[in-house]
Amino acid sequence: MTRYDDLTELLLQLGDSAMVQAQRLCELVGGAPALEEEVALMNVGLDLVGQARNWLEYAAERINDGRTADDLVFLRDSSDYCNLLLVELPNGDFGVTIAKQFLFDSWHYAMLQSLSGSSDERIAAVATKSFKEVTYHLRRSSEWVKRLGDGTDESHQRMQAAIDQVWHYSFEFSMPTEHLAALEAEGVFPAASTVHERWSETVKAVLSEATLTQPEAAARNYLSGREGLHTESLGYILAEMQFLPRAYPDANW
Amino acid sequence: MADWTLFEVFVRSKHGLNHKHVGSVHAADAEMAIENARELYTRRSEGVSIWVVPSTAITATASDEKEALFDPADDKVYRHASFYELPDEVGHM
Repeated sequence: MTRYDDLTELLLQLGDSAMVQAQRLCELVGGAPALEEEVALMNVGLDLVGQARNWLEYAAERINDGRTADDLVFLRDSSDYCNLLLVELPNGDFGVTIAKQFLFDSWHYAMLQSLSGSSDERIAAVATKSFKEVTYHLRRSSEWVKRLGDGTDESHQRMQAAIDQVWHYSFEFSMPTEHLAALEAEGVFPAASTVHERWSETVKAVLSEATLTQPEAAARNYLSGREGLHTESLGYILAEMQFLPRAYPDANW
Repeated sequence: MADWTLFEVFVRSKHGLNHKHVGSVHAADAEMAIENARELYTRRSEGVSIWVVPSTAITATASDEKEALFDPADDKVYRHASFYELPDEVGHM
């Protein structure tokens, strides 16, 4: 993938992660366990599309090669996408859907909490607005984790299996320090180095209340969403998401 | 989700003083009902406060009692303030 400066890559990571998570949620239209839950999942998805737009518009301006936010979403290949691996994983059963959403929300919450205080006014504004939305997303997914974890024997066992299944991908929540030190020092990304710790505290509290066992800290591996090294799932997502604008470049609605 | 409970939802709008009935939601318990109501009934900035009540907790009048309960009030115009003529000295009330 093309390498950009650290700030642009951060914007791409935030924008792409929100976009891919939203696309996964949209797959559940017509398939959620209850009508109320379906509307709720789509509301979260719509919030994330809005956030992706804000981050990617800023990224497009910084990249400054004539591409718009739409171009970044619909015309990049998977090796140029910087989203977290976690969000591209298949939805699985409802337990996996919720486990993914919860781990993403808790990371997102810690990220936006920091970025709300950014010295970059535009980042601070987008993060502050997004933080309100994500505060609710986290509350909702945490409630589900507790409800299922501390529910029946079967729901407990399936919620635990879901957490265990996706936990591995949380290794990406601790970003390599070389990318962050400068951004943190400049005040663009305050308290960047404590994101992982704050994320970890949230997860610990919720899993404990949910009577679930927190897996061992996830080890790094050769994949890295930030560097465009994705699982095979992302290609399928992009194929579906990008088909129309690629096949009909002038399409409008 | 067949065993979920039906809740009636009441929302207070920004400028409204009272909560108004807006519809119902299914949920496993009251906490979830609040969240579902938030998703369904406040998407377009309709509200600043939500109440949920299990539908079974509401006792309602029966439709066949309508005449006996409500018709007798129809010819009691003197129960409306506008029935009385105010002396001019009172001015605007």
